[in-house]
Amino acid sequence: MNVMFEGIGASVRRKEDLRFISGHGHYVDDMNRPGQLHAIFRRSDRPHARIVSIDTKAAAASPGVVAVYTAADLAKIGGVPCGWQIHSKDGSPMAEPKHPVLAEGKVRHVGDPIAVVIAETREQAKDAAEFLDIVLEDLPSIASVADAVKPGAPLVFDDVPGNQCYDWHIGDRDMVDAAFAKAAKTVTLELTNNRLIPNAMEPRAALGDFDPSTGDYTLYTTSQNPHVIRLLMGAFVLQIPEHKLRVVAPDVGGGFGSKIYHYAEEAMVTWAAGRVKRPVKWTADRTESFMSDAHGRDHVSTAEMALDDEGHFLALRVKTLCNMGAYLSTFAPAVPTYLYATLLAGVYKTPAIYAEVKAVFTNTVPVDAYRGAGRPEATYLLERLVDTICHDTGHDRVEIRRKNFIPVDAFPYQTPVALQYDSGDYFTTLKVAMQAADWDGFEARRSAAKARGKLRGIGMSTYLEACGIAPSKLVGQLGARAGLYEVANVRVHPTGSVSVFTGTHSHGQGHETTFAQLVVDQLGIPFEQIDVVHGDTAKIPFGMGTYGSRSLAVGGSAMVKAMDKIVAKGKKIAAHLMEAAVEDIAFKDGKFSVAGTDKFKTIGEIALTAYVPHNYPIETLEPGLDETAFYDPMNFTFPGGCHICEVEIDPETGTTQVIQFVAVDDIGRVINPMIVEGQVQGGVAQGIGQALLENAAYDAGGQLLSGSFMDYTMPRADNIPNITVGTESTICTHNPLGAKGCGEVGAIGSPPAVVNAVVDALKPYGVRHLDMPASPQKIWSIIHSNRPLMAAE
Amino acid sequence: MPQVTLTVNGKSATAAVEGRTLLVELLREKLGLTGTHVGCDTSQCGACVVHVDGVSVKACTMLAVQADGTSVTTIEGLAAADGTLHPMQEMFREHHALQCGFCTPGMVMSAIDLVNSHPEGLTEEVIRQGLEGNLCRCTGYHNIVKAIAAAWPLMHGKEAKAMAAE
Repeated sequence: MNVMFEGIGASVRRKEDLRFISGHGHYVDDMNRPGQLHAIFRRSDRPHARIVSIDTKAAAASPGVVAVYTAADLAKIGGVPCGWQIHSKDGSPMAEPKHPVLAEGKVRHVGDPIAVVIAETREQAKDAAEFLDIVLEDLPSIASVADAVKPGAPLVFDDVPGNQCYDWHIGDRDMVDAAFAKAAKTVTLELTNNRLIPNAMEPRAALGDFDPSTGDYTLYTTSQNPHVIRLLMGAFVLQIPEHKLRVVAPDVGGGFGSKIYHYAEEAMVTWAAGRVKRPVKWTADRTESFMSDAHGRDHVSTAEMALDDEGHFLALRVKTLCNMGAYLSTFAPAVPTYLYATLLAGVYKTPAIYAEVKAVFTNTVPVDAYRGAGRPEATYLLERLVDTICHDTGHDRVEIRRKNFIPVDAFPYQTPVALQYDSGDYFTTLKVAMQAADWDGFEARRSAAKARGKLRGIGMSTYLEACGIAPSKLVGQLGARAGLYEVANVRVHPTGSVSVFTGTHSHGQGHETTFAQLVVDQLGIPFEQIDVVHGDTAKIPFGMGTYGSRSLAVGGSAMVKAMDKIVAKGKKIAAHLMEAAVEDIAFKDGKFSVAGTDKFKTIGEIALTAYVPHNYPIETLEPGLDETAFYDPMNFTFPGGCHICEVEIDPETGTTQVIQFVAVDDIGRVINPMIVEGQVQGGVAQGIGQALLENAAYDAGGQLLSGSFMDYTMPRADNIPNITVGTESTICTHNPLGAKGCGEVGAIGSPPAVVNAVVDALKPYGVRHLDMPASPQKIWSIIHSNRPLMAAE
Repeated sequence: MPQVTLTVNGKSATAAVEGRTLLVELLREKLGLTGTHVGCDTSQCGACVVHVDGVSVKACTMLAVQADGTSVTTIEGLAAADGTLHPMQEMFREHHALQCGFCTPGMVMSAIDLVNSHPEGLTEEVIRQGLEGNLCRCTGYHNIVKAIAAAWPLMHGKEAKAMAAE
């Protein structure tokens, strides 16, 4: 076996696939523990109500029921904590009302859990939950950010005036005002970033277990970050110290952000297992997922750009209202601030930027990070604004972008909104994408479509994002209540195979393969002899988990650091065995050799010596070949690129078909091109979903209207085209792999490319903007309100 | 409780079920075949697709008692006894047609039925329409479509090639 073939840069087929394609994946709901009970939550069907009374007697007497709990039973446990604190403009901390595990006194959104029934079987628990007699008294309620900020609006929390969580800002307001005062032209755009429901295909599940003989708790949960759950749930909710609480996140069926957060159900089953001294399992049905998984996006913004005569961007002013939902989810406050407003420079050298962000509570499901988290909202705003500027001023869409790009020689580039970009080349990704999409040949395709009675449009977005979150010191200053380093433990076993224990978590990303490729590359150990272990706090020293495209850039860098330690120690052992100076030992392709000689020892021989130290420098060196590293990044990473979308609209039905999608991204060093392509394609599909299909719809009072797959339009195979993916990388300058991250670029870059294409297709109707999703109904209405009504036909 | 007897992956199985027990619950909970997944409660997602008498069926939409006397194949029953994978499984791996793996069992079972029921061949359009009943949130479908197209000649083998040549 040529090990280099499976090293960095090879499209190695995935290690994890065999168990998934043969039905032997190991997801939480596949697990069953001896003596296991089942939990069913009774949830609010009202957006806002006072809990007048709860009578549990009939439910408790129902067959098979072991316990029924309400908030009254949970007096000693804490609320679900929030992991990030934002301060308002005036320096005051954000409003942070308690998020109880079960509703206390009031319910605040449809889906808010009121009680839990624990029974021998799931069916018995379901039956008994129907016997709970709960009297609710409806209260006035609100769902939209616009309604939440109206004077006299109903309050989600009596002690949070104006429903305001925080009123935050960033940038230089005076500088922006001055630039607007002397601008040759200003362009304003009001736009909505539609609320989305993540819908990982695996519904959330949690299985709590308790060992009365040791007092040890175990939680098996669908999580992207088991150590974070252990910390949040153990320290803040249940007061279980880390050494008595194990959290396992086995195979997890997709996350997209929604499985980052600590959820009430996890705490509930863990606590209940301790009470009833039996394992307690809960698995969401899809309806519950819709009304309890954290939603994403939900911004309403006004964006204004000041320009000179030639189309140079002089200043950007942004006002955003964002929805937190009814309670603060784990990362929620950070998303519309430090993951959004700091990205408003995008790929442009706009010298002055000022953004105000007001976050409000509403009677809806909590909103938190969903694939991209803040960065898709920033990208959508900027890229729609750029196209709108062209619409209003007549500038060319490509030329105005080129004119305002940050030049290739300007890196490191300090933006006016805090970030410092390390590397990038937006001109190249633009050029390559335009060639791949045949941008210049488009008008002929538009004419051909017109001859067929179709409206064809093309649109682009040139985007940038920040990921690889993040330097702990920096995020600490910005309000994070945790560090954001990553951890790796590399264990070379006595016979030379390797286990890598990573604090990141793979739920579709293919880490078991990509991370093994790093080991092949750095230690020269065959691919088949490497296992990557993740998702268990009992096995892995520590970790912050997988989100924000951080696993390779941060987690992979921790692995590199740990492997550097392995090699450094191996050199000392090799020097001893070959009676050479440590400085004379070189390591390459799995061999420690003495410089200038043909003497060498393989890493396998060194490992065996390390564990069988008969001939070993035991006075100065510990036995074993097992190293751990914590890696704290020096900066964010900044992937970017150009996405181009071509659509065709049927004016008779208003239906948009995506004909072609090209994504050319700069994601830094690529480890496995096959996996990168898959990540980008999946992200783009979610972006097309947001742009054309998906919408979490609430009525004005907060009743969830899109609460099932029958009502919420998920992208299906015939909604998505083939997606052409290219990479044109510049290397990240501050991590040892040069990697930037690829998990979110697809979802970040694509929505404005799609909407820009739709608006371009609707050019004959004078359309300046339309909000996502660009549904057939919306488009049909535009077309038919703009031309003589042929109702008589 | 009613008793059902059926053949699952070539082996006879008998279980007592409630009238309301779904086929997918029988497979997962009584027979321990957890490869078949449940991704929704409205028969939309297709994670639970199995073959009942050779035809793809959403196992969340069929009562266990309705499966009495049938022959059911699940994802666990696709590979040969010696572990040789079904061509569709092979092509899913080869073309990176799965990421988190949760939709994969249902997707593979639907795809096999799609290929079986189109001996004349499959276009990309037919494949995409044929996947209407299966949701995937990870892949954007691109590689799933490629995998199915690649599995078609492997599954129809020489006969199909001969037909095409005639």
